[in-house]
Amino acid sequence: MDEIQKHLLETIADLHGIPEGAYNIRSNSKPLARASTANIEITPKTDKDGIDIRIKAGTKNEAVHIPVIMDKAGLKEMVYNDFYIGEGADVVIVAGCGIHCGGDDGSEHDGIHTFYVGRNAKVKYIEKHYGEGDGQGEKIMNPTTIVEIEEGGYMEMETTQIKGIDSTKRITEAKLADDATFIVKEKLMTHGKQYAETGFEVELNGENSSTNVISRAVARDTSKQLFLAKIRGNNKCHGHSECDAIIMDNAKISAIPEITANHLEANLIHEAAIGKIAGEQLIKLMTLGLTEKEAETQIVNGFLK
Amino acid sequence: MLELRNVSFGVQGEKGHKEILRDVQLTIDDRKFVVITGPNGGGKSTLAKLIAGIEKPTGGQILFDGEDITDWDITRRARAGISFAFQQPVRFKGITVKDLICLAAGDQKLSTSGVCKYLSEVGLCAVDYVNREVDASLSGGELKRIEIATIIARQATKLAVFDEPEAGIDLWSFQKLIKVFEKMHAKQQSIMIISHQERILNIADEIVLIADGRIKKVGTKDEVLPELMDVAGSCNFYREEGDA
Repeated sequence: MDEIQKHLLETIADLHGIPEGAYNIRSNSKPLARASTANIEITPKTDKDGIDIRIKAGTKNEAVHIPVIMDKAGLKEMVYNDFYIGEGADVVIVAGCGIHCGGDDGSEHDGIHTFYVGRNAKVKYIEKHYGEGDGQGEKIMNPTTIVEIEEGGYMEMETTQIKGIDSTKRITEAKLADDATFIVKEKLMTHGKQYAETGFEVELNGENSSTNVISRAVARDTSKQLFLAKIRGNNKCHGHSECDAIIMDNAKISAIPEITANHLEANLIHEAAIGKIAGEQLIKLMTLGLTEKEAETQIVNGFLK
Repeated sequence: MLELRNVSFGVQGEKGHKEILRDVQLTIDDRKFVVITGPNGGGKSTLAKLIAGIEKPTGGQILFDGEDITDWDITRRARAGISFAFQQPVRFKGITVKDLICLAAGDQKLSTSGVCKYLSEVGLCAVDYVNREVDASLSGGELKRIEIATIIARQATKLAVFDEPEAGIDLWSFQKLIKVFEKMHAKQQSIMIISHQERILNIADEIVLIADGRIKKVGTKDEVLPELMDVAGSCNFYREEGDA
């Protein structure tokens, strides 16, 4: 790995080299390193590009890292990664994609991650997207996440895209069985002429299933964002979606929450708020000696923390 | 030393120009503890905002340590040593109590125990608060105390301006609050507090009575209080009705 690749890896996965435990590092559309453990098996797919990650039932306190880094311009890839999380397992999965684009040809990483979360299993899934480089080439990422959670299963998804991705279309679809829980925490910042679209579709099929989709977004310069959240309550369930966005400069943001109750005992709430940074927040920090610009940075960083 | 020379402030309202403050002459000497009091709507908060630079006067001059700061922005005044505690503290999503105290202290690496020192001065058990966000999850009284802690944390303060610091604070904490002001006073800082509380009036060096946008009286508590009763109790409409 060279310095650029190491930097990308550190940014998207907090890794300072090859991690411990199970991992699969993909670099410029090729596997760079891979390791399985006694409980977590990673195998390449034979019919298409991608890997299968099988986590044995009852696996506890283990982590899987599957970062993707691209530093060659002009690459375009489509990857299928399937995760099978066994009954009662409790694991952390860290994914993420970093693109360094030094040339004028664009780079595109599209991925479909499918999660099969077994009975009473618990998964924390962390995903970071990041782009850098002086080239004119567009850095594009289109991640799709498909989630199926069995009875009593729990999945928390933390997704972050803070910098450098020119265009993204993110789709997340989840189906929940009885007593299953799906939590999403999304952080998104767009700048320049970037475009980001993020869509959630959650089917609350099981009794006492619940979901909470929380998005915090900042759009600056002339960037555009579209947030869509659809929650369907098909049983006795709880659903909540919240989009909280700060708009700056000449950016545009749309938030379209949709909730559908198909059951008398479905309890669904949506919240969406878009606004510029409150003047009084800037004033307070300026009375502490910060300049207006410094105050703005603190407010945005805190909001996306 | 802070000096206001013929300071006026007006706004353009639906019914034309409205004068909020008129020809205010006021001097706050170094190390002085001044309380500004008077009826609601008299222009007290506006005066505090003019000093902090949040509003710009429509007439007159403001001098601080001999320099004309009338055209200085908020940041420059803060850096020169003017601190301002909001009447209604601002909430921030994502910014923690510790973040805010660190920003106030101008020290991003302030230790948790350093932050705790400031919080305990305002009667907050620091362990419960340092990592909480300064957002809607805090009560009005908690926010108010954190606001005051940000002023204590500012090392550069020469003049601290508090806009109704006692509002929303419970009786027990009120004792602590009085101690905070006394301690700042002992540290040779000038203090200006907008307040209606007799216990705050009691510890002031000087009381300034403002009503109808003008300074009505400057003096000790005994000198100003009778006049305050007179101003605050005057409701011509009610009197006329009563006389009729």
